[in-house]
Amino acid sequence: MSLSVRIIPCLDVQDGRVVKGINFKNLIDAGDPVEMAALYDEEGADEITFLDISASSSGRETTLDVVRRTAEQVFIPLTVGGGIRTVADVNALLRAGADKVSINTAAISRPELIAEIADSFGSQVLVLSVDARRAQTKSGFEVTTHGGRHGTGLDALIWIEKAIHLGIGEILLNSMDSDGTKAGYDVQLIKAVREISHVPVIASGGAGKLSDFAHALEAGADALLAASIFHFGQYRISEVKDYLAAESYLVRQPGLS
Amino acid sequence: MIAILDYGSGNLRSAQRAFETSGADVVVTSDIQVCREAKGLVVPGVGAFQACMKGLLAVGGDVLIRQRLEDQRPTLGICVGMQILFSSGTEKDRHGSTLQGVGIWEESISKLDAPILPHMGWNSVIPPNKSALFHGIDHESFYFVHSYAAKNSHARQVTWGNYGERFVAAVEDGAISATQFHPEKSGRAGLALIKNWVGNL
Repeated sequence: MSLSVRIIPCLDVQDGRVVKGINFKNLIDAGDPVEMAALYDEEGADEITFLDISASSSGRETTLDVVRRTAEQVFIPLTVGGGIRTVADVNALLRAGADKVSINTAAISRPELIAEIADSFGSQVLVLSVDARRAQTKSGFEVTTHGGRHGTGLDALIWIEKAIHLGIGEILLNSMDSDGTKAGYDVQLIKAVREISHVPVIASGGAGKLSDFAHALEAGADALLAASIFHFGQYRISEVKDYLAAESYLVRQPGLS
Repeated sequence: MIAILDYGSGNLRSAQRAFETSGADVVVTSDIQVCREAKGLVVPGVGAFQACMKGLLAVGGDVLIRQRLEDQRPTLGICVGMQILFSSGTEKDRHGSTLQGVGIWEESISKLDAPILPHMGWNSVIPPNKSALFHGIDHESFYFVHSYAAKNSHARQVTWGNYGERFVAAVEDGAISATQFHPEKSGRAGLALIKNWVGNL
């Protein structure tokens, strides 16, 4: 295979501003998602993900504007998630310049939304975001909502199989057990999902050191999403790529400047 | 002036901006007359072959593409906008219908033989030696999102990709060119390719 593994920084955006501290030098405005996205593009990010955590509708309008401005100057794929409930929401984001959208809670409450979006825009625009944690369900992993605070009792693997059938193009797999721990991606969860999924799997949650990235790939992830490890400048994207290249993984190293 | 054909497909805003980085004037339009006379025409396309083809037929895009080829005016198809230039697709819609493609090239489009689909992400390609599109762009990767592809082509210049099997990643055939990947989403390598295309108009 000649397909590179993807490294995807994720920015939490609230009312048009990046939340969670960003610790970068040489930034005019570290809270501007557009500038951050452009910087990550420069550093070799393979895609950018915005997670909109705005609670208000005016905050969401602002996000559309952020997406517009990002799409005008960042020419790598942009995924936007957070608060998407309807086909109209998806349409607005795609028209603003997003390439993909990720849906989570709305699909759990109304799974047909997956088929509606896939029918309207194609599966390739649709990323299913799954917040999973260990629980007493069939597979041992359950789907949660509200950032892992609410259990749904829904088995994560059964849910993913159903969503694949309904027409998702990709899975963003967030481990709620690993999220924020910096103790590594949840290798068991990735392996379990890889076994049942023929769509790409993006691993998320727990990246703390370079070897964590390699372990997630070994478990079957196609792409790796991380937030704080990049935002706080602990590792540059190029360092992660250099490490993975040394470990014999194929990474994209843009040569043109 | 470059026209991007708007027939209800995809994120055209960033495509417009990407083509503008070449210095060209770019319009997104469904006006067939404007598209016919534009110096360069871009035919984008995402989603399913059938849905795209239906959209293309609805605006008369098939006739437009053939006319431009007759007039020797450059056209560039992107992603499904490339696939619909072939003769047919095996991808069915949920009603089981199979529309024919525009038929510039006789080969058909079929599903890639790979364990994980869509083929999503950055992949390398092998352009022919005298490629104008890839001039000065060596050892770069491009962004792909697709499950179907042409497996063969008799066009003048074929760029190959590999995912599970060999497939057609780009075609340069006189006035008509096409890429299976998204140059407008392929960072600097993509912008360089766009600049090459625009520079040869």
